[in-house]
Amino acid sequence: MRHLLLSLLLLAAPAFAQDLASVLDANRAQIERPSRQTIAPVIEALAAAGPQAGPVLEAWADRRLGLAGDRFVIVQGDGAVDAVTGTPVPGDVQVLRPNSGVRGVIGAVLVQFQLNDPETTRRAAALDAIARRPDETHLAALRAAAADPDPALAARKARLERLLTIRFDPDPQARIAAIEGFSGDTGADLQAVLNPLLATSRIAAPAIPESANIAAELTLGDDIPEDEAYHLLVASDLAPARLASDAQKQALAAHVVDGAVGGVPVAELSDPARRDAAYDALAEAGLVPPAATAAEAEAALAAHRFADVYTEPNPEITDAARRALRAMALRQGTQQAADLALDALSLASIYFLAAIGLAITFGVMGVINMAHGEFIMMGAYTGYVVQTLIAGRTLSLVVALPAAFIVTFLAGVVLYRLVIRHLVKRPLETLLATFGVSIALQQIAKNIFGTQARPLTAPAWLEGSVGFGEIVSISTIRVAIFVLALLFLGLFLWIMKRTRLGLEVRAVTQYPGMAASMGINPDRIAMLTFGLGSGIAGIAGVAIGLFAKVTSELGSDYIVQSFMTVVVGGVGNIWGTLAGAALIGFLQKGIEVMNPANTLAAQTWMILLIIIFIQFRPRGIMPTRGRAAEA
Amino acid sequence: MLIRKHPSVMIFLALLAVFTIAVTLMSEAYGSGVVPTSTVKTLGKTLCLALAAVAMDLVWGYAGILSLGHMAFFALGGYMIGMWLMYARTGEIVAATLANAPIPPTAEELRQGITSQIFGVVGSADLPLTWSFAGSLPMQLLLVLAVPGLLAFLFGWLAFRSRVNGVYLSILTQAMTLALSLWLFQNDNGFRGNNGLSGLQNIPGLTEVPQSVISIWFLWASALLLAGGYLLATWLTAGKFGSVIRAIRDDETRVRFLGYPVEGYKLTVFTISAMICAAAGALYYPQAGIINPAELAPIASVYLAVWVAIGGRGRLYGAVIGAMVVSLLSSWFTGGRAPALDLGFYRVEWVNWWQVLLGLGFVAVTLFAPRGLSSLMDALAGLRPPRRLGADLGPDVSALREKEAEA
Amino acid sequence: MTALLEVSGVTKSFDGFRAINDLSFNIGTAELRAVIGPNGAGKTTFMDIVTGKTRPDRGQVLWGERSQSLLKLSEAQIARAGIGRKFQRPTVFEDQSVADNLTMALKAPRGPFAVLRWKPSRASVARVAELAGEVGLADRLTRKAGELSHGQKQWLEIGMLLAQEPRLLLVDEPAAGMTLAEREQTTTLLRRLAETRAVVVVEHDMDFVRRLNCKVTVLHQGSVLAEGSLDHVSANPDVIDVYLGR
Repeated sequence: MRHLLLSLLLLAAPAFAQDLASVLDANRAQIERPSRQTIAPVIEALAAAGPQAGPVLEAWADRRLGLAGDRFVIVQGDGAVDAVTGTPVPGDVQVLRPNSGVRGVIGAVLVQFQLNDPETTRRAAALDAIARRPDETHLAALRAAAADPDPALAARKARLERLLTIRFDPDPQARIAAIEGFSGDTGADLQAVLNPLLATSRIAAPAIPESANIAAELTLGDDIPEDEAYHLLVASDLAPARLASDAQKQALAAHVVDGAVGGVPVAELSDPARRDAAYDALAEAGLVPPAATAAEAEAALAAHRFADVYTEPNPEITDAARRALRAMALRQGTQQAADLALDALSLASIYFLAAIGLAITFGVMGVINMAHGEFIMMGAYTGYVVQTLIAGRTLSLVVALPAAFIVTFLAGVVLYRLVIRHLVKRPLETLLATFGVSIALQQIAKNIFGTQARPLTAPAWLEGSVGFGEIVSISTIRVAIFVLALLFLGLFLWIMKRTRLGLEVRAVTQYPGMAASMGINPDRIAMLTFGLGSGIAGIAGVAIGLFAKVTSELGSDYIVQSFMTVVVGGVGNIWGTLAGAALIGFLQKGIEVMNPANTLAAQTWMILLIIIFIQFRPRGIMPTRGRAAEA
Repeated sequence: MLIRKHPSVMIFLALLAVFTIAVTLMSEAYGSGVVPTSTVKTLGKTLCLALAAVAMDLVWGYAGILSLGHMAFFALGGYMIGMWLMYARTGEIVAATLANAPIPPTAEELRQGITSQIFGVVGSADLPLTWSFAGSLPMQLLLVLAVPGLLAFLFGWLAFRSRVNGVYLSILTQAMTLALSLWLFQNDNGFRGNNGLSGLQNIPGLTEVPQSVISIWFLWASALLLAGGYLLATWLTAGKFGSVIRAIRDDETRVRFLGYPVEGYKLTVFTISAMICAAAGALYYPQAGIINPAELAPIASVYLAVWVAIGGRGRLYGAVIGAMVVSLLSSWFTGGRAPALDLGFYRVEWVNWWQVLLGLGFVAVTLFAPRGLSSLMDALAGLRPPRRLGADLGPDVSALREKEAEA
Repeated sequence: MTALLEVSGVTKSFDGFRAINDLSFNIGTAELRAVIGPNGAGKTTFMDIVTGKTRPDRGQVLWGERSQSLLKLSEAQIARAGIGRKFQRPTVFEDQSVADNLTMALKAPRGPFAVLRWKPSRASVARVAELAGEVGLADRLTRKAGELSHGQKQWLEIGMLLAQEPRLLLVDEPAAGMTLAEREQTTTLLRRLAETRAVVVVEHDMDFVRRLNCKVTVLHQGSVLAEGSLDHVSANPDVIDVYLGR
């Protein structure tokens, strides 16, 4: 059956070709000098001449159709082929140059050809072209085209048809039905179609016309400033232009006579009231056109109504579009919220990683380590150095994590032995001494690694992102950091609850004197916890370095947030740190949403909120409780 | 009375006067010209920093509040005076340009011109509300004290009321200055974003006076302000008030049980100190010529604490010594004038290594000389036998006695 | 005799542990009272509540003739209302002279601005000297408090309390760390003070309490177990059971 059809087609082809040749010949004059008004029947006749007419029309539209002698040829590269038979034609070719109106008509017809093209890619290209620059004629073409055998293309075509229906269908009911048919859809193409429907223009009139599709009537002063309203009146020729101060000044300057204008001395003209007086004098003398007075302007404003009017005249359609957009915004909002929550979660993980070491040392020793940020930086630089030594990205990361831990652990132990141990019970001085260490370390890093940012590249499997749905997506690195944070939470809990070290740390935290008398060496424990906290900072540094640039200021960028995390969370409680990190992460993201253009403002507000938060929970979300805490 | 009780005040004021006169006599404007104008400016600025350090010592050394945000008040003072300087100076320029026009400008046109000159750089056409008083020197001078004072009062009220103490408080103050600097960094807040205020060294109405003369005037003003601030701080710390705030530093709870409203005292000291800082800033920035939000970076305030610590906290002259020594050394080292140290295998360029030296030196001071450079003074004083005022060592044994007898 | 301080139905728990349990306690305007009880009986918490350091979960603390509630007041306000407290460990300001310590404690306006305007007068200097004499520190006025011996610090603190001129004096273990002679002196002083004001002494040392010879309140598990003369409470079987017997 199929073979039969095919052979029939093949048989029919020459017949069409004949037709094409005769159509071309019959309309030779028209084709050579086409006019937009009269060309339509010719093009339709050509279109009816069978599939071979497609390339001819295409070439015509592309200004590749020409005449070689009396034969129509299609220019291909340097040569030309016969438009009907496809055989090469030697000799000079005179190319036809149809104007854009004609090409538009050809294009509309061509679309039909392309939509029915046997080749899938060409049909897809046709749909792309329509989607890019839709116009009225495409709607008919889309509707007329045969059903597409490719299901994906068929779906696209159907969608395009409905989108075009919304825009171009003359029947309002069909348009509304199309809009409503899209419920649940959040596509950008749909938005691009719906938004223009709600475009408004601002009008001023003595009375708002009944026929207008009003978006909102504007109250003077509230919705529209008086200045703007008056400009609108002037623009609509409903009132005379007010005298701009520049124009006034020029007019005055042009009429200076003997150091005075209209009897007013020039020196007095720095007073606007005197300027008006001078201008009025000039106007009375007929030297300048009179200006609209304030009272006239007021009257004009009072006599007119102002409104935003939809360009789309049919209120039913604008209503439907508004409803659809609102539903769309809601759906998008939920998705964005989910996306934001993920963002906030990863931010919180970073803060948690950065703050956990700080929280440990603060909890156990009551010591704030200002050099903590520099330990983070040290970890990041360790990662960078390891990466320059080991080529494999994955391997270098695997080595970098423990290496960073060891380096910063040792640095922490050294800092403890040399400085902090000698400042027991003097927290403020510890804070300052560690600050001294911090500026020294920062400068040393600058001297060694220079001021430019060093890259710490993530292995390939950490690049890219994990996505859910259209809007929600999160980069893999951030997922990895989240996992790392969870890992450290687990590790910390394990050390604290299940190991001898944890037991001793808890003992020293709660009652150092008693712990010491039980044979625990508080000094050693403090040193180990300090090392542990610093080591975690180093690992946090590697993690942060993977998505931020490694510079000597890396640490100070995170230190204040880390402090905040500890302060907000409460001291000496890992869950507090977690809660603090979560609060700060979500708060920061949340504020960024309210004011997306301005991350600086977001940080400002966050800090202010934290200061206020401290008012209500001076000891953080999860304070140490009991009588000792109140002392 | 104050001076009789505290002879050190007299010595300090005398030294300050000698210093100021000496610099004047060596200046380009009024003397031999040995000291270039830029150095005069540096010295004037250093005096202002010393005053800021005195203010810092007041809150930290005496009241025990380690504020890591005091430079915020300093910079705010600078911003307040900078607004007037810039507005008035731009006003002069705009007026001079418009004076050539056939029609004299209205006040409104002048304002427009000034606004577009000042705010064109951040793309704003309207004069922000915060600049309402920028045209009036008395108002801005008032704001120099009022704005930082009010900020300190509000912040202190919130923080002290909820009994935030120790390192918590320090971190909160740091957060405050960070928040303020981030806020100032925003272009749409009316402080010209990261451009800051510039051209502050041009004093309106004094365009004819050369900078070399102006710099000396500012040096005098700074010295006078430092003297005044020093006297104020001495007066505050000398009497019963000083006794109470030192008691608060040492044992807050006990002071509460004595019936003193501890929060009120902290708030008073914090606010006064913020205002002293602001006054110092208002004199500093015209000498510096430019102010931008980077001046409020948390690190600047920590440096202030470092100066006080190195000089010796709990002593006003310690704060002055610390600020002057460290900031002058700092500008010497970072100015590239310090000779490089050749270690054979490595050449130590001080421009790069001064920060390291400062950091480590600071750690060393904290560890080995908690009273800072002023412990040198103690060492000198220790050469004389202690003034026992006729009292004998007595039969009782107590902690400090032995040490005293040794001295 | 009207009650100067009236504590009724006060309860306070820390993390589920009831330090004070429905405690009621009265003391008159001029009375000496000893509060005894084993460790954890709630003695210190009781004082914390009266002085405003700790807020009770429930109950009332009324003060003075006008029955003013102390629960709304801050520590400083309570101190200014006339309640003085002596801590177990001597807490004086070691960095300042004995005279400064006493001057600070002198009854005078306490606000920051009033204090800024305050100048030593002949009367205040005389009063400081008098107080120093009373606590045996007359020749040490210019010495730093940190240079005093432990016992002297105790006395200085008592001197500071006297300078405050409180109507109610809460004294936490005054005898701790004192020599026998000093104890004798302390007893006499406390008894003399109680002639003009209320004095509550929290004490462990039964011998010392016996010397005070006053009404005794026995606390146990946060509430009053017995009240009366020492002999009376000593005879109480409950008291013997929980405290004296052990």
